[in-house]
Amino acid sequence: MSVSLLWAVDVYGRVYSLSTGGQQWEQCHDAVLEFKRVTAVQQCCWGIACDHHIYLNVHSSDVPIRYQEETYENQRWNPKDNFSDHLLPSDRWHWSDITGLEHQPLDSFLLPSTNWEWEGDWYIDENFGGEPTEKGGWTYALDFPATYTKDKKWNSCVRRRRWIRYRRYKATDTWAKIPSEGHSGPLPDPFNDISCGGWEISEEPRGRLSLWAVSLQGKVWFREGIHHHSPEGEGWEEVSLPGEVVQISCGPGDLVWAVLWEGQLIVREGITRDCPQGSSWVVVDSPNPEAGAIHVAVGDNVVWAVTKDNKVWFRRGINSHNPCGSGWIGMVGEMVMVNVGLNDQVWGISCVDRAVYFRQGVTSSELSGKAWKAVNVPRDGDIRSHSSASISSLHSAGCFFSGEVQAQSVMSEDLDTEGGPQRAVLEVGACPSSPPPEPPPIDPDVPKPRIPKVTSDSFISEMLSDREVKQEGATAAKCPPPALVLSPSLSGGLGDPQWSNVDLEETQTHLAVGPAVVRGDSADTCSLSSVATYTLCQGEPYGADEHPLWAWVSGGGCGVNCHSQLNWFNSATALASSVQSMSLSISPAQTAAWRKQIFEQLSERSKREMDHFKHYEQAVEQSVWVKKGAMQWWRDWKPHKWVDVRFALEQFSGPEGNQDGILFLYYNFNEEKKYLHAFINEVTILVPVLNDSKHTFAVYTAERTKQRWPIRLAAATEVEMHDWLALLSVSCCDSRGIQGPPSKQAIWSVTCKGDIFVCEPSPSLEACPYPTPCDQMFWRQVGGHLRLVECNSLGVVWGVGYDHTAWVYTGYGGGFFQGLASSTDNIFTQTDVKCVYIYENQRWNPVTGYTNRGLPTDRYMWSDATGLQECTKANAKPPSPHWTWVADWTIDYGISGGTDREGWQYAADFPRSYHGHKTLKDFVRRRRWARKCKLTTTGPWQEVPPIPLSDVTIVLCGAQSSVEPIPLWAISNKGDVLCRLGVTLLTPAGTSWLHVGTDQPFKSISIGGANQVWAIARDGSAFYRGSVSSESPAGDCWYHIPCPERQKLQQVSVGRTSVYTVDQNGNLWFRQGLTPSYPQGSSWEHICNNVRKVSVGPLDQVWIIADKVQGSHSLSCGTVCHRLGVQPMEPKGQSWDYGIGGGWDHITVRGNSIEAPRVRMPSLTPSLTSSLTDPLRPPPPRSLLPVMITEMENGNAVRC
Amino acid sequence: MADDKDVLRDVWFGRIPTCFTLYQDEITEREAEPFYLLLPRVSYLTLVTDKVKKHFLKVMKAEDVEEMWFDFEGTPLKWHYPIGLLFDLHASNTALPWSITVHFKNFPERDLLHCPSNSVIEAHFMSSIKEADALKHKSQVINDMQKKDHKQLWMGLQNDKFDQFWAMNRKLMEYPTEEGGFRYIPFRIYLTMSDRPFIQKLFRPISSDGYTHTLGDLLKEVYPMAISSDDESKRYQVVIHGIEPLLETPLQWLSEHLSHPDNFLHISVIPAPSD
Repeated sequence: MSVSLLWAVDVYGRVYSLSTGGQQWEQCHDAVLEFKRVTAVQQCCWGIACDHHIYLNVHSSDVPIRYQEETYENQRWNPKDNFSDHLLPSDRWHWSDITGLEHQPLDSFLLPSTNWEWEGDWYIDENFGGEPTEKGGWTYALDFPATYTKDKKWNSCVRRRRWIRYRRYKATDTWAKIPSEGHSGPLPDPFNDISCGGWEISEEPRGRLSLWAVSLQGKVWFREGIHHHSPEGEGWEEVSLPGEVVQISCGPGDLVWAVLWEGQLIVREGITRDCPQGSSWVVVDSPNPEAGAIHVAVGDNVVWAVTKDNKVWFRRGINSHNPCGSGWIGMVGEMVMVNVGLNDQVWGISCVDRAVYFRQGVTSSELSGKAWKAVNVPRDGDIRSHSSASISSLHSAGCFFSGEVQAQSVMSEDLDTEGGPQRAVLEVGACPSSPPPEPPPIDPDVPKPRIPKVTSDSFISEMLSDREVKQEGATAAKCPPPALVLSPSLSGGLGDPQWSNVDLEETQTHLAVGPAVVRGDSADTCSLSSVATYTLCQGEPYGADEHPLWAWVSGGGCGVNCHSQLNWFNSATALASSVQSMSLSISPAQTAAWRKQIFEQLSERSKREMDHFKHYEQAVEQSVWVKKGAMQWWRDWKPHKWVDVRFALEQFSGPEGNQDGILFLYYNFNEEKKYLHAFINEVTILVPVLNDSKHTFAVYTAERTKQRWPIRLAAATEVEMHDWLALLSVSCCDSRGIQGPPSKQAIWSVTCKGDIFVCEPSPSLEACPYPTPCDQMFWRQVGGHLRLVECNSLGVVWGVGYDHTAWVYTGYGGGFFQGLASSTDNIFTQTDVKCVYIYENQRWNPVTGYTNRGLPTDRYMWSDATGLQECTKANAKPPSPHWTWVADWTIDYGISGGTDREGWQYAADFPRSYHGHKTLKDFVRRRRWARKCKLTTTGPWQEVPPIPLSDVTIVLCGAQSSVEPIPLWAISNKGDVLCRLGVTLLTPAGTSWLHVGTDQPFKSISIGGANQVWAIARDGSAFYRGSVSSESPAGDCWYHIPCPERQKLQQVSVGRTSVYTVDQNGNLWFRQGLTPSYPQGSSWEHICNNVRKVSVGPLDQVWIIADKVQGSHSLSCGTVCHRLGVQPMEPKGQSWDYGIGGGWDHITVRGNSIEAPRVRMPSLTPSLTSSLTDPLRPPPPRSLLPVMITEMENGNAVRC
Repeated sequence: MADDKDVLRDVWFGRIPTCFTLYQDEITEREAEPFYLLLPRVSYLTLVTDKVKKHFLKVMKAEDVEEMWFDFEGTPLKWHYPIGLLFDLHASNTALPWSITVHFKNFPERDLLHCPSNSVIEAHFMSSIKEADALKHKSQVINDMQKKDHKQLWMGLQNDKFDQFWAMNRKLMEYPTEEGGFRYIPFRIYLTMSDRPFIQKLFRPISSDGYTHTLGDLLKEVYPMAISSDDESKRYQVVIHGIEPLLETPLQWLSEHLSHPDNFLHISVIPAPSD
C-alpha cells in the first residue's frame, strides 16, 4: 500500500499530517503562519492561513514538475548574407511561436511566479519529428508558413529552429503564497473556506484540479487553470450565487455542494469536462428545519452534512445522474465538521472531545459506514509545542469557529452563574483573548485521561459507573472541582469506542436524550457541547498530548479504504505490535531464525528416525490413486463444440519414487467409447481461461503446442476448475521435480489476461546447435496480475500492472494455489484496474442528422471495436467473474485519432480510419465508452509506490556477478525516464527515483550489459544514454539514434552486446556495428516481421512474442519464439523455434544466464537442419510471413 | 531456501522405525519373531498395523486372540492419538527403533478405546477434522464439502496419499487474507506428567490489536510451566512432530504447516532429559 497523508489543523492553527503508514501526527513545521483550514488532494494541499491568504503546499516527488518553454528562431536566405536574421517586412518575427503570429524573443519568457526556477539556459532542439537534425537544428522550407524538412534544398528560402528551456516548480514541501487576485485586480475580501477536488472530471490537461473558495462576505470563487504544469493555477473567477455561502465542498468528481448562511444547501449542476465550474445551483433544504446546516462534505457518491445542533446527516440516493440525492438519514454522533476523502471515506471532528474520528466500514455497497473510531496517535513534539501556544494563536483559534463562537459565548453566560473555579477554566475557551494557564509539571502518577466513549448511552453508563474511581484520580491531578464531574465522564474504557450501528431517525430521538440525562444527573447545566469547550482547557493540566484539539481535517489525499490496515487507533499497542511484526516481517534474513530452525530440525529428524531404517518395511503399501470427474471438452474434430466427457487423473509412484500420472479423457465417438490420454510429465502448461460463460482451462503438451490446439476443458464450477488446476499443477511439478520459488534464472512471461507464468530454463535451452525445443518448456503459474514483468539473473523481478502500478517480486513463496502449492508468506493482495471499451456508432441521414438508426447492413449501433459483436452498456461484462465494475460508463476522449467535444470520431463509412472532426464527406461517427473494472487477487508482489510506470528494465549480468547496487531504469506512465536508486539483492524495491531529463516523453527502455541504456521516445525515435556507469548511474546525455527508414520504433531490448528493437509495424530490427568505442552502432538491419515484443538476454539470446504463427487448426497470435543459431560471431541467429502461444503478451529471458555446455560441432548448418527436420516436429520453422488471419477468434486457448 | 511446502511433505512422510514384540505372557505355538515396520507419524496405530497382526497371528491359536492393543514400557498406547504424538510423548528420548509390545489379551478397558474396525478410526478422524474446522472457520469449510470430499481426506490418510489428502485439505487451511489467520487455532497440549489427557482452549492466532501470536504466547497463556525462565535450566521440551520449534514461531504458521491430518496441532510437553 502506498503511503499517503491525512491533514488536520488544530485549534491553535498548527498544521499536522498523519501518514497512513505512521503512528504520529507530524507537525508541518514549515508553516510559519497559523492555518485556518486545509484541503488536501494526493499531490498537494491547499490552505487558508490566518492572514486569510491562500497557500499551496505541493508534495515533492521523485519526478519534478517541469515545463518546457519553446520559441522558434526564423531566418530568410538572401544572396548577400546567405541565411540571416534579415526577414522581409511581410515575414514573421525573427523570434516567434510555432505559428509565427506571436512575437517571442528569448527574454520575453518570465517565470510565472517566485515559486519557479529555470533549470538551465536556452538550447536548440535537434530532434525533428523523431529524426536527428544536424546543422544546428535548422529545418528548411520554401517559405513561411510551409512544410519544413531537415535537409536544405536548392529552393530553401527560409529556415527555422526550435529553442527550448525548462522551468521547474521549486516550492515543493513548503507553503507558497498564492496571490489573491481576481480577473480585475485584487479580490475585495479575504477567504474563509476552501475545497479542492474535481480531478476525475477530465484527464486533460494532466493533473487538472478544481479549487473552490468562499470569501468572508459569502462569495464563491473558482480557481482556473490548475493542472500538473501549473500547480498554482491562473486566476480567480467569481461564481454567481443565490445567497451567501459559508462553506463549500468539492468531491473528486463533479459533485460540489455548499452551505448558505440561512442553513440551506446548494448543489452545483452542469459540471462537465468542458465546464468544470458548472452552470447553476439547485437548493436543497437542511435536514432539520429547526437547525440549519453549517457544514457539508462531499465525495464521489456521498454527501455528509452537519447541522447547527452538531448532528451528522448522510444524504441518500446520490449518484452521477442525481447530484442532489433523495433524502437525509440522521447518523449517530455529534461532530463539528466532517470531511470525505478518497474512496468516499469519512473523517470527522467530534464536538465532544475534539478528536479526529474515522468512519469505519465505509464500502461502495455501504457508503454510510458502520461506526466512528477515534484516531488516537500522539503528536510529535507535544510537550514542546503546547507551551508555544501563543496568545495570538489562541486568538486565531477562536476566530476559526465563526459558526460556533456564538454558541460558546452563550454557554459561558450560562455558566457564569456557576461556581468560580469552573468559570475561570471555562473562560479560556469562551474568551479567546485570555492566555492559557501554564501547564503544571506532568505527574507520572496521574491517571491519563483515556479516549472517551462517545455513544451517548455508553457515555451515560460510563459516567455513572466510573465516577467514584475517577474522582480520586482527578483530585490527585489537582483539577478544579467541576472537572470531577466532567473529565471522568469523558474517560471511557480502553476498548474501542463503538458507536451503535444503524442510524435512522428513531435512534436520533434516543440520542437526543443523552445530553439531557447528563445534565440532570450531574446537576450541571452545561450541554454536551460545553463539554467540548471544557476539554479545551481541561487538556492543559494533563499535557496537550492526551487531548489533541482539532479544528479541521482533510482526507482528500488520504488513500485508505475499509480494508486498510491502519495503526492509528490504539497507539500504545500499535507500537508494540509494530515492533513485534518487525521480528516477523517478511525479509528472509529476519524470518530465518524460526523457519530455519524448523527446516533444520526436520531434516535432522529424518536423519535420526529414517536414515538407518530404510530397510524396514513400510506400513502402508503404495497404490494407484485415481481422481475422477465430469468435464466438458472442446472436441478436436469439426464441428467444434463442447461435449461432456469423463475425466480422470491416475497417480502413481514412478520408478524412482517420484510421483507421476496419466490424464484420461473418456468420450463417445459415433456411439463408440473412446479415450484420449496425456502423461502428466509431458504436460507443458496449464492455462486457466476464465470467462463469464465457462470455467475453462487448456492443457498443452509439446505436440499440442505445435498444433496450436490444446486440450480445452470446462469444469462445471469455478471451484471445481481450481481444484483440478491445483491438483494437476502439483502433479506436473512433482513429476518434474520442481519445487519452491522460481530460480533466479527463470524465464517469466505474461499472457494477455495478465496471468504470470515462469519456466525453469534447462542448461541446454540456449545450446547451439541442439537447444531444447521451446515447445517442451514447462511453464507454471505464479499468482498475481501484471501487464509486463522484467527480471535479471540476480533474482530481482519487477512487474507493472494494467493500471501502471509498479510491483516488486517478494522473492519467496510464489505458489499459485493457496495452501497446497506453497506457503502464504510473502503473498500479498494485489489489485489491478483496466477499462472495458464499447463503441457507440451512428449514421448520418439527411432528415435527422446523426442518429442511432443505421443501415440494415451496418454494424450494431453499440458494438465492440470490430463492430462484429453487439456490446451495449447493459450487457457488457467485466473480463471474468473476478473483475468487478468500479465506475460508471464514461466517454473516452483519449482514443487515437482524436475526438470532438462530445467524444465523437467521424469517418466516411464503417470501418474506416476515424478522425476527430466532422467533414462533409463523413457519414458515420462513433465514440468510445470506457468503464473501469478492478481485480483483487494475491501474489508474491509488493507495490512500489508512488509513481506509476509504463516500462521497466533491470541491468543484465552474469549469474555469478555481484552488482551492487543494481541499476534499474523505468519509464513513468507520463513518459518520464527514471533511474531507481538503492536497488540491491536485499532491497529489490530500491529506495527512490532519480529523474532523468528528456525533451519529450519516452515509452520503452532497456539496460543491457556494461550499463548500456537504450530508450525509445513516444515519437518513435531511439536514444542511447551516454556515460552510464556505476559512478554515474544516470549517465550524462542522450544520443539521438535515427530510426529505420520510415518506421517509428516501439520497443527496445539490449542484451550483453546485442540491441534489438521492434517498430510500430511489427518489424524486428538488429543494431549493426556496435563496438565498445562506438556503442551507438551504425545502422538497423531488418530481421523479420510480425513481432510484438523482443527480449534479449545476458547470453545475447533473442526471444520474441510473435503474431500469426501457423498451427494445425489456426494461426496463433502472441506466441513465444526463440531465435535459433545465435552465436557470438552470429548475433542475429538464423531461424525461429516456436513455443507456447496463443495470447502471450510479454516474455523476459533476461534472468537466464545459464550457458549451455559447449559441444564442438564439425559443421553447423547441416546439423541444424537435421534437428529441425526431425520427423516428430512440424515443418521446419519459416520466417514469419504475413498470412490472413482466419480462425484466430476461436482457435486459441487464450484469446487476445 | 526450501519452500514451506517441503515442510508439509516432511511432516506427512515422517516415519518412526518400530520393533513390535509380542508380550511375554501371550500364549504362542512357537516363538514369535519381532516385527519391524516404518510407521507413518501422522497415521493411527490400529490403521497401519494389519501386517503386525497378521505376523503374530501366525504363531497363535485363534482362541487365544482377542482385540489387539499395544503398550510402550507398560503404558498402553491410545490408538486414537496420532502415532507421532504417542512417540513424542512417551518415547522421544529413547533409543530407536521404538519398541512396542503387542497384546492380544487383557484389553485395558480403563485406558483405551475399542477399535473394532477402520470405520471407528475414520469416524474419530473426521470428527477431529470437523472440530478443528469449527474452531478455524465456524465449520464453514467442512460443511461446504461433499461426502466424497470427506472421503478423499480419509482415503488420503489411509492410503498415505499426500496429494490426494492435500488437494482437499488445503481448503481447510485457507483463511481470508484480511484476517491474517484462522478464527481460533485448533491445538491440544499433552502433558506426560498430568492426569488430564490434554489441554485445549480457544486461542486466536492474532490478538485483537493485530499482534501475531507465537508458540511462546500460547504456552504462556495455557501452560506457563512449559517455558523456562532464563536463569533456570530447561525443564521441559515442547515437541511437535519430533522437533522443537522456537518459541517465536508464529502460531498460525505452525497450524498451517505442522498440524496433523486431523487438523490439530498436537503439542507434547515432556520433561527435558536430565543429562
